Amino acid sequence: MSFISYLITGISLGSVYAIIALGYTMVYGIAKMLNFAHGDVIMVGGYVVFVAVSNMGVNPYVALLISMATCTILGVTIERVAYKPLRGTSPLAVLITAIGVSYLLQNLALLIFGADTKAFTSVVNVPNLELFDGQLTISGVTIVTVIACIIIMAVLTLFVKKTKAGRAMQAVSEDRGAAQLMGINVNGTIALTFAIGSALAAVAGVLLCSAYPSLTPYTGSMPGIKAFVAAVFGGIGSIPGAMIGGILLGIIENLSKAYISSQLSDAIVFGVLIIVLLVRPTGILGKNIQEKV
Amino acid sequence: MALLEVKNLGISFGGLRAVNAFDIQIEKGQLYGLIGPNGAGKTTVFNLLTGVYKPDEGSVVLDGVNITGKKTIDINKAGIARTFQNIRLFKDMTVLDNVKVGLHNNHTYGVVTGIFRLPKYFKVEKEMDEKAMELLKVFELDQYADVLAANLPYGKQRELEIARALATEPKLLLLDEPAAGMNPNETKDLMNTIRFVRDKFDMTILLIEHDMKLVSGICEKLTVLNFGEVLVQGDTSDVLNDPQVITAYLGE
Amino acid sequence: MKKLKTMNKNTKSNMITYLMVIVAYVIVQIFVVTGNMSSLMEGLLVPVCTYVILAVSLNLTVGILGELSLGHAGFMCVGAFASALFSLGMKDSIENDLLRFIIAIIIAAVSAALAGILVGIPVLRLKGDYLAIVTLAFGEIIKNFINAIYLGVDANGLHFSMKDTMDLGMGADGTVLIKGAQGITGTPKCSTFTIAVILILISLVIINNLVNSRTGRAVMSIRDNRIAAESVGINITKYKLIAFTISASLAGVAGALYAHNLSTLMATPKNFGYNMSIMILVFVVLGGIGNMRGSVIAAILLTLLPELLRGLADYRMLIYAIVLIFMMLFNWSPQFINFRKKMMAKIKKDKKAEKEA
Repeated sequence: MSFISYLITGISLGSVYAIIALGYTMVYGIAKMLNFAHGDVIMVGGYVVFVAVSNMGVNPYVALLISMATCTILGVTIERVAYKPLRGTSPLAVLITAIGVSYLLQNLALLIFGADTKAFTSVVNVPNLELFDGQLTISGVTIVTVIACIIIMAVLTLFVKKTKAGRAMQAVSEDRGAAQLMGINVNGTIALTFAIGSALAAVAGVLLCSAYPSLTPYTGSMPGIKAFVAAVFGGIGSIPGAMIGGILLGIIENLSKAYISSQLSDAIVFGVLIIVLLVRPTGILGKNIQEKV
Repeated sequence: MALLEVKNLGISFGGLRAVNAFDIQIEKGQLYGLIGPNGAGKTTVFNLLTGVYKPDEGSVVLDGVNITGKKTIDINKAGIARTFQNIRLFKDMTVLDNVKVGLHNNHTYGVVTGIFRLPKYFKVEKEMDEKAMELLKVFELDQYADVLAANLPYGKQRELEIARALATEPKLLLLDEPAAGMNPNETKDLMNTIRFVRDKFDMTILLIEHDMKLVSGICEKLTVLNFGEVLVQGDTSDVLNDPQVITAYLGE
Repeated sequence: MKKLKTMNKNTKSNMITYLMVIVAYVIVQIFVVTGNMSSLMEGLLVPVCTYVILAVSLNLTVGILGELSLGHAGFMCVGAFASALFSLGMKDSIENDLLRFIIAIIIAAVSAALAGILVGIPVLRLKGDYLAIVTLAFGEIIKNFINAIYLGVDANGLHFSMKDTMDLGMGADGTVLIKGAQGITGTPKCSTFTIAVILILISLVIINNLVNSRTGRAVMSIRDNRIAAESVGINITKYKLIAFTISASLAGVAGALYAHNLSTLMATPKNFGYNMSIMILVFVVLGGIGNMRGSVIAAILLTLLPELLRGLADYRMLIYAIVLIFMMLFNWSPQFINFRKKMMAKIKKDKKAEKEA
């Protein structure tokens, strides 16, 4: 029974990774850049809810909406100020800038909120589910996280497939130049992608902090990196890939924590990334691209 | 025996047959042109010959050695060097160093010799400098030796690419649209240079070109490629007067 | 004099760098000998040198090889632990401190180089962002792995475990050498400022000579255009691996310097985590990618300035971050580049007008 319990916690953690990974995978697919600061947007999302609920007594659900709005604005601003001027230049330059943005967010949070850990009160008030006469308990947060992940995935898939803006995203990701020639607003589409990714980051931040109720300026960075691993695992640019990758990664991490060593669980997660990239560099659902000579 | 003998070369990308049943024979010292409409598969042929792509079928024999399906670096060592349609120089290196990279495999010393500057380092570096300057002089590039390749004028960049390719001491030189983007005067100079290179280095040259003046001016033989297949092959004047070729270029 | 004139431009520039390091060393020594240096500053001397070596060695990977490595601290970690373990174990066998330390440094260099080869073989097949994230992953793996190691020695020889001290099952005479997350305690403090500066000079000479050799040109040709490099017969994998390994090995040397400056060596996220790797990257970027002298200056200034201006210490990382972003925009953004060109043209024009007037 304990195995199932570990598995479920793993799926819950994996669902959070999946939601974060969506932000990575969409931005990577469309803007062709690794937004290193994505993980720190999660942290910002967490702090916004924390301040709204604990200091200002706002209703948790309203706080979530405020947090999503803040992160959306933040994400779009970052894109406009730091990334857009570098579009089309060296990928190395863009990545270093993204690292700079990540540092900036962390250290701003450090100055504003201090380094001490904030006790985050869960915004989820769904009761725990007890199964098999109390042998197996599934927490409310877990249930909400998994459901949220499935809903987000479904809505996003529909959005990309069925709406005009979504199809524009597909076009830009396929060939930016051609999309531009066909009259698609490339800059707008990329900004929209950042907006969606950042709003999702806020959701992920709140769910993460609800499950692991401690908040510091560095809260987002490690889950952010792991979510990128998940995105690569599932195949970068693929929405279902992000979900599969995220959940698998969450399960691997939690099971290795339980059965191998909590010290080495991160090492195992990163080991998985390395093996995936070597065996199948495009990930589980990724597409193969050949360089033109 | 011919220097380059290619038989029945073919490759598909996905469902598309990019090159099919491609044959060519180039004698030593020949100046050979490969022409054809856009998208006919000319650059793909170059990529097949230099190992950038592995052919699905067929064989490539250079100077009696079968090099089919070998890696690019091994093919270069076997004696094929090339230039690129979209110039590919080492932009942040000097003009001299660009050529010295070309000399890499024929003038060697080890990593340790380089780091500790053992006597051999100075000896070989001197050799390389002399050899590289000699090559640069051929293209009147010696005055730019210390300039970064990225800062060269366009026409000079194309010539530096040829100099770099020659530095590897190839048996066969492949030029991919050497005159692209040049004005008529520059093209004329280029024609002279290509002829000069052939004579001075006793080089065999296969070139892709759209500029018919250049092709008819310097090539002795031509192969016309259309839809990945050989349309006509033979002496330049015969090929250019062939009605099939005119149709392929101008349409029905 | 004549020889100096004919000297290659690069060689001249390298000589200036070496001279700069030596002059800085002499000045600092004068301050130390005359007692004009605060103990705080004196304590910073070896760490600053460590950062300098880390920065120049990372610049070999980032600037010369053109690949972004985010796991440099991992190689430093390997060097630190390998050398500290050696020094601790040989404390009684090799009495001469200097000799022991030199061997320890060599061990650090070799072990980090091996780690470099091991990591490099899979990693260097990848490109760009993927390579960056995988080097980050490897750096974290190395750190986590070392945190889980328990190693002890008794009359029966070495004991190894990944669990805890008890699991080592040692006799009563046994001593624990590596104690998991608590690391290594009792490393002799052999690092001195003089040795550190000598190591900086050696690192600089190795890297500069490498860059100006056949090997260095091959490496840079891959950076500038991989396909063209292949077409002139450059073995891509080989030269990437050589550059990466040398870079890792020098990071290991920095690790030895770091380890022998502390009595307790622990692998924490702060010293060997990716945050450290990124900080070194900041030095490299701010000093100028591919510019070794810049890396030296940036590492010194960015370590010392916040310490000197105490009030700034809290804002240090924030300022780094802002400068980093601004530098990238300033150097790479087409708009900024155009703006710069326009300004330059205007200045020139003004000067010309002045002259004519």
